Amino acid sequence: MDFFDRFAIPHPSPVIYASMVAIGLTVIAIVAGLTYFKKWGYLWREWITTVDHKRIGIMYLLSALLMLFRGGVDALMMRAQTAVPENTLLDAQHYNEIFTTHGVVMIIFMAMAFIIALMNFVVPLQIGARDVAFPRLNNLSFWLYFMGAMLFNLSFVIGGSPSAGWTSYFPLAGNEFSESVGTNYYMLAIQISGIGTLMTGINFIATILKMRAPGMKLMKMPMFTWSALITNLIIVFAFPVLTVALAMGTMDRLFGSNFFTTTDGGMDMLWANLFWVWGHPEVYILILPAFGIYSEIIPTFARRNLYGYKSMVASMVLISLLSFFVWVHHFFTMGQGALVNSIFSISTMAIAVPTGIKIFNWLFTLWKGKIKFTVPMLYSLGFLPIFTIGGVTGVMLGMSAADYQYHNTMFLVAHFHLVIIPGVVFAMIAGLTYWWPKMFGFMLNERIGKWTFWFIAGGTCLAFFPMFISGLDGQARRMYTYSEATGFGIWNMLSFIGALGLAAGFVLLVYNIYYSTRYASRDIGDDPWDARSLEWATHNPVPEYNFAITPQVNSSEAFWDSKKNGHTLFKGDYKEIHMPNNSGVPFIMSIIFFVLGFALVFSMWIVAIVSLIGIFACLAHRSFEKDHGHHISVEEIEKTEAEMRGAK
Amino acid sequence: MSHDHSLNPETMPHEPEKATLEGKNKFIGFWFFLGGETVLFASLFGTYLALHNSTAGGPAGNELFGLELVFVMTILLLTSSLTSVYAIYHMKNNDFGKMTLWFIITIILGFGFVGCELYEFHHYITEYGFTFRSSAFGSAFYALLGFHGGHVTFGLFWMIALLIRNARRGLNLYNAPKFYIWSLYWHFIDVVWVFIFTVVYLMGKVG
Ligand code: HEM
Ligand SMILES: [Cu+2]
Repeated sequence: MDFFDRFAIPHPSPVIYASMVAIGLTVIAIVAGLTYFKKWGYLWREWITTVDHKRIGIMYLLSALLMLFRGGVDALMMRAQTAVPENTLLDAQHYNEIFTTHGVVMIIFMAMAFIIALMNFVVPLQIGARDVAFPRLNNLSFWLYFMGAMLFNLSFVIGGSPSAGWTSYFPLAGNEFSESVGTNYYMLAIQISGIGTLMTGINFIATILKMRAPGMKLMKMPMFTWSALITNLIIVFAFPVLTVALAMGTMDRLFGSNFFTTTDGGMDMLWANLFWVWGHPEVYILILPAFGIYSEIIPTFARRNLYGYKSMVASMVLISLLSFFVWVHHFFTMGQGALVNSIFSISTMAIAVPTGIKIFNWLFTLWKGKIKFTVPMLYSLGFLPIFTIGGVTGVMLGMSAADYQYHNTMFLVAHFHLVIIPGVVFAMIAGLTYWWPKMFGFMLNERIGKWTFWFIAGGTCLAFFPMFISGLDGQARRMYTYSEATGFGIWNMLSFIGALGLAAGFVLLVYNIYYSTRYASRDIGDDPWDARSLEWATHNPVPEYNFAITPQVNSSEAFWDSKKNGHTLFKGDYKEIHMPNNSGVPFIMSIIFFVLGFALVFSMWIVAIVSLIGIFACLAHRSFEKDHGHHISVEEIEKTEAEMRGAK
Repeated sequence: MSHDHSLNPETMPHEPEKATLEGKNKFIGFWFFLGGETVLFASLFGTYLALHNSTAGGPAGNELFGLELVFVMTILLLTSSLTSVYAIYHMKNNDFGKMTLWFIITIILGFGFVGCELYEFHHYITEYGFTFRSSAFGSAFYALLGFHGGHVTFGLFWMIALLIRNARRGLNLYNAPKFYIWSLYWHFIDVVWVFIFTVVYLMGKVG
């Protein structure tokens, strides 16, 4: 292809041109707005360069919501296209692009960002720390993720989106069958944000292992922190596999190597294996923090402590280990022998055991509890049955012989949505609602929140239950249309209506944020939920230094103990607090990463080499710079604390 | 940490690399980083093992590899690991000069290794037409070796930066963890090389 041809969209349509204009206008509006209100300096000093885990968490959160909408629009278009037989809203190529970007955006850029957002915000508070172990690395992680996400989304308007599925199997994803630069974007954008995720993993492991408040033994950590620890361990041991797979995919596409090609000895199944060696642990990276969130919310609103703390921890450890030994279940049909399939069938079904233990522990926690039906609790209660259905159908898929029937049908699509949505998405909204007052100092409106819940929960069921039926009837996934005679029409129409319900739910969520920001009371005290763990022992919203005095802990529900059993959390006087300085280098470095990614997508070697040098220069700069952080004086702490208390 | 804790023999803690919270964090963070790196190399080894017989009509390992050069490279890298141990030994005794000297010897050996490796690649390409593109075996070979060689090269420049940066500062609690962590990294790539030597060269020669 000619050099400049590559920048054009291969299959343009009015929608894409309209989006180009919309993106252009939005960018202009943002730039103009920031300039008009003179907010550039504020943005740079307080947010872009921040090393404060709370602010980084909030930036992750906003990006995740943004990506939720991008992915959501893709989803609506897919459901609209398949709502009736032989629809012509989208052609096959557009449909392929949309299911690809939907999957990638939702998993990599939405769900991952959302869990990392909540981990960032909550974990240091739950363990009584001032910040994460490597605050500046944390900023770099965020910006790498963000630049990766932007690079990926850019494919929509420059050069064309990837269309080989979020799993990007070779040889389909090779140059021969995916000619446009779309798959280059896939490889490089995920790579860049994956590097950020890996750093987050290391950062949080170090934080949780080394920076807990005095007295907080491992077995006295709040359950969300436990889930974060295990999740980050999985990240560190799973993401490098993706790094390697993506690097090799990139080289096949750009430099003509033969890892996954069908000629010169390449092995396309190698990609499938590497992808899922990362991919299955990845689904547990998403679900474990969600489990952690439910383990915080359920005891709080059942007003009982968590049933089976030890077995909760043990089952998470077991899940994390097993998750590395089941990957073949994603391609039972692709040519291994019966023995290999049987082994992986058994390991797959084994995961249901620790998962079941957790479900029962939550049920036992609810048993005889005085349940308060708040919004976070509603999501937790909705999660239990829907997730169980998703999990049980997972076990069905895990039986390799039966999977020949289910594989690549809508049945599979129903399975994973019915684990991921109640698992991850419900948990994220629940966690968001629950910790919102910690972040912003006011609560989200409960009434709108409940409506939102019913739309989202109802929408989920309506959108995905019909797929079990059409899937068993033989409707294949990823097909852009079907004939009238198949009889799939009715099920797909129901799905479409469900998807509209979900969409309405998300719109309500945003409306709730807007509404509560305007009207909610700011006078909520420090503990509006009557909660249990340490993050509630400081103010709402949390001051920069988190805790004026480092808390002393003697149980996993330290704050509850301090309220009910007279445990003293804060002993001693204020001392000067040492805090890290902000830095612009990570942001600059991430921009260079973005340029590097873009240059590689379009094979612009000189730009790529220059950016690589730039990245190394940033690294070197770090080791040559003098940065000792700054101190918050005792007077300042006294002043802040007095104000915070006075405001209540 | 906020202040420069310059060291003198009396205040020298037993393990200067872990004497501050920041040092401890770096230490544990780096171990997990190496855990991730282990998985990274494991994936590359897995790829190599899956593809090393796919020569697509080109030369196979036992026709290509000459053990003499590889032996020299192994000696160079293993010795450099030893010399970095000496350097850390002198760090713990707070002898900055000797530490620097041994680190310089370490990087000289490291450059020797990289030189040999470049020569080896050049040889394969010009004499045998064995390239990154010629077969799946070639892709896997150069990916694994290239990743490792890239790590060595990165390590060399990292140490050079550390030495320049701290040349006038002497040893303190701020930079002790940095030197120590570098030496961990260096041992790690050394161990990876031992695996490469066994899996790629020895098994390639026999198989
Ligand atoms: C009891 C637990 C589970 C079991 C036994 C299970 C089993 C399976 C099996 C066998 C498949 C492959 C089916 C096929 O391709 O034919 C699959 C696909 C999938 N599962 Fe699960 N699963 C479980 C839980 C989860 C959870 C908790 C998540 C996410 C949070 C999840 C996400 C997915 C995804 C995303 C796919 C499909 C990927 C694709 O092909 O695009 N699963 N599951
Ligand atoms: Cu799986």
